[in-house]
Amino acid sequence: MIIEALAFYALAGILTLSALLVITVRNPVHSVLFLILGFFNAAGLFVLLGAEFIAMILIIVYVGAVAVLFLFVVMMLDVSFADLRKGAMQYVPIGLVIGAILLSELILVYSVWGFAPETLDNRAAPVEKFEGLTNTEALGQVLYTDYIFPFQLAGLILFVAMIGAIVLTHRSRPGVRKQSVADQQARKASDVLEIRKVETGSGA
Amino acid sequence: MTIGLEHYLTLAALLFTIGVFGIFLNRKNMIIILMSIELMLLAVNINFVAFSSFLGDLAGQVFTMFILTVAAAEAAIGLAILVTFFRMKGSIAVEDISDMKG
Repeated sequence: MIIEALAFYALAGILTLSALLVITVRNPVHSVLFLILGFFNAAGLFVLLGAEFIAMILIIVYVGAVAVLFLFVVMMLDVSFADLRKGAMQYVPIGLVIGAILLSELILVYSVWGFAPETLDNRAAPVEKFEGLTNTEALGQVLYTDYIFPFQLAGLILFVAMIGAIVLTHRSRPGVRKQSVADQQARKASDVLEIRKVETGSGA
Repeated sequence: MTIGLEHYLTLAALLFTIGVFGIFLNRKNMIIILMSIELMLLAVNINFVAFSSFLGDLAGQVFTMFILTVAAAEAAIGLAILVTFFRMKGSIAVEDISDMKG
């Protein structure tokens, strides 16, 4: 029990610290690296909560895909990040006030909050149904049965996002000789081939 | 020293507040704003998984996966828009982005 508490405080502490560093460091590359550290600590917290599958998905999706995407974009864009910070301090007081209000409201809600007695009867997928199964197996049995349509919809969202990102960033530069399959297919033999009658004896 | 649901909820609240504050602190830098949004989504995910674990309901973890999907799609589209905008204007400052009408 004491080890669980220690692990929680260590993971939560590093997560909060790296989140603070994400928004305060000057170099955006360092920001992305602290974001990755934060995601790793959040994955550790999920393992502590018994959600191993979500923890691994978090590392694969966030660290492996999203954070690397951020890193690519930060390194690709040639922006003076120092200029972007100018005048940023102007909005810090109002940001602090709003942050403090938000945090105190949330903590006030949590401190007087508790489960209603009938909550346990209203669960969508109670874990008692999946005795003896690992977290991944149980999640699969819920996801592929009760949530199959949202699951397919999630795939559709990713597909649309993929096409959208390609359409947005693709550009056709002039002067680059690329294969154009449509042009090749549209070419007819009659456009480019001609049979000429050559008279006998007139050749060189 | 037992770690209860309140601990996780407080941590998530802290993380969400840091995300909101990050938008104020870096209100010119579009990339950091996107990262702040990722932090806020992570806080929501921690809430979902904590409730799922302490209530014994797997639906929370299923919803976490959907949030991850939407977060990944959002990051991809957001960064694609950012790259396109940078090619057109040569800047990623938020006040320049407000020129885009419609």
